[in-house]
Amino acid sequence: MTGRLTLAPWTYGFIVALAMWVATSAYSGFGSAGATLSGALAFGAFSVVVGTGQMLVVASGPGNIDLSVPSVLTLAAYVSMTVMQGADGMLLPGLVAALLVGAMAGAANFLAIAALRLPPIIATLAWSFVFQSLAFNLGGQATLKPPAALSRFTAMSIAGVQVMPLAVMALTLLAVLVLKRSVWGRQLLATGQSEAAARLAGIDVGRVRLVAYVLCGMAAALAGFLLAGFSGGAALNMGDAYLLESIAVVVLGGTSVAGGQANAIGIWGAALFFNLMSTMLNTFGIQAGVRFLLTGALIILIVALVPRPRVK
Amino acid sequence: MTEIAATRPSRPAAGTRPLLNALQVVLPAIALLAMITIIFSIRPAAMSYFGFNLLFKLSVPLVLAALAQMMVIMLGDIDLSNGAFVGLITCVTALYLQDWPALTVLAYLSGVAAYAGFGLLIHLRQLPSIIVTLGMSFIWLGIAVILLPAPGGVAPAWLTDFMSWQPPVMPLPIWLALIAAVIGHLVVTRSSYGAVLRGAGGNPRAVERAGWSITGIRVAVYAAAGLLACLAGLTLTGLTTSGDANVAPAYTLLGVGAVILGGGAFTGGIVSPVGTVIGALTLSLAGSLLSFLQVPPTWQIGAQGVILFLVLAGRVLLAERAR
Repeated sequence: MTGRLTLAPWTYGFIVALAMWVATSAYSGFGSAGATLSGALAFGAFSVVVGTGQMLVVASGPGNIDLSVPSVLTLAAYVSMTVMQGADGMLLPGLVAALLVGAMAGAANFLAIAALRLPPIIATLAWSFVFQSLAFNLGGQATLKPPAALSRFTAMSIAGVQVMPLAVMALTLLAVLVLKRSVWGRQLLATGQSEAAARLAGIDVGRVRLVAYVLCGMAAALAGFLLAGFSGGAALNMGDAYLLESIAVVVLGGTSVAGGQANAIGIWGAALFFNLMSTMLNTFGIQAGVRFLLTGALIILIVALVPRPRVK
Repeated sequence: MTEIAATRPSRPAAGTRPLLNALQVVLPAIALLAMITIIFSIRPAAMSYFGFNLLFKLSVPLVLAALAQMMVIMLGDIDLSNGAFVGLITCVTALYLQDWPALTVLAYLSGVAAYAGFGLLIHLRQLPSIIVTLGMSFIWLGIAVILLPAPGGVAPAWLTDFMSWQPPVMPLPIWLALIAAVIGHLVVTRSSYGAVLRGAGGNPRAVERAGWSITGIRVAVYAAAGLLACLAGLTLTGLTTSGDANVAPAYTLLGVGAVILGGGAFTGGIVSPVGTVIGALTLSLAGSLLSFLQVPPTWQIGAQGVILFLVLAGRVLLAERAR
């Protein structure tokens, strides 16, 4: 690789996404290029919100991962829809309720990891069963309808620019700033790189991780709130796709699973790649099985080919 | 490959190790016994050959899938594609085993070889197993859906007959669990090769210095995991009598849960086959227990989470006591 132009790992997602956008547009006529992109941006925004939270947890050290993301997303959607009862005036209390659910779920996850000394995979998995049950009891099989204003917001565009993806991009920028400039962000990466060193440097490692899990829960809850508005209500299986996707976008986005290093912008590339690929394969009329097969092969190919960031 | 390593590996002092190890196997066993006792006190009729058979019937494939997961966790990796692979095997079995047995066996072997190949890829490129196996799970699911878009096919009669066979002394699920635990114990825990395998997860450099090929070990262990998952798929097809691409996604995480319940750790090198088998039995019995206790269906998933917490919390308390 020496002597050749080397690209940062996180740019691969954007490049592949761009190639897929061009291929889709070329196949179905360039007139639909705009619609394809706006669809991918809208769906990608949800993956990015969920992925950004997951990124904070993954960056906090080896082994840290949150498997409760889908169930927190669903539970927060149910709770907020129940609070709002479809009334536009209750939008703010609904959002607050969702974020509160997310924060409590994140704190519960961290508590189980710290107090019971469980591996994060197991602790968050066990909690996800509990959250799933709570959502099931709250909503049952029924789909809870969102207020009209929330649905309007998630699909709104001003002068051709979609508002929600733009807001999520602002969130990504905020995450970049927090990681690069804030004290907590620096402490998070330090903790992820070496817990022992961070502790010796006087960092309250437990508090740093607690905040990471709480923020991850809140991100999942926010995604649930928005997704319920976008897709016409809270449904029991609404979070299912986001378990694997939240992990995939984080890793393909250039964040190291070993912790201590995070890339918030790369998540957008990976999320667009995921959504544009399914659009592309749909447009080509490729059957579901082949679509799964290609998705898996591409994930492995990208991870295997991309030069790995050298941390440590 | 320590990316899955637990955040706080609580390694106790050397002197307390044997005691701790014993406790870690005993605890899920106590949980299992407690569950069985509760079920029998509610429904004494279940305390029979037939009752045992019914209670543990569905645990056979989970035990095998959990052992497959254990092999991978032993190396400090994790296999997120385990459940999808079991689903693929049920599809292949239900579609082809009856009419083209030789070809089907060849398909199984290529599945095992693919597992080994991915193990090699993970090792050579030093990739995080969590993301490669995530990709693999999509590949298995994809192939399964191409082969069998909707659940169907028929398991060969001899396979369903075997799974409903009633051997002497103990019901079949208990026999199979016992055999799996004993073979696992002899190979992984007792044999000298087992020590090398666990060493490859705990301290790869030391094992390499001792003249072993870590590459070879990783390939062999992934192949073994593929083989065990194959057996899980076969037995599952014998129980359900048909193939379904989406029959077993839960096995992935339940298997991980069983390994950890049974005293395993994500740090690599620390696994117990006997514990894993007991852990898998415990997890599959938890579902039956909850319906015996008449827990409403909407709370059953949550209660399973709570049971997982209770058993693991017990382990932490015991470890604390043993120190």
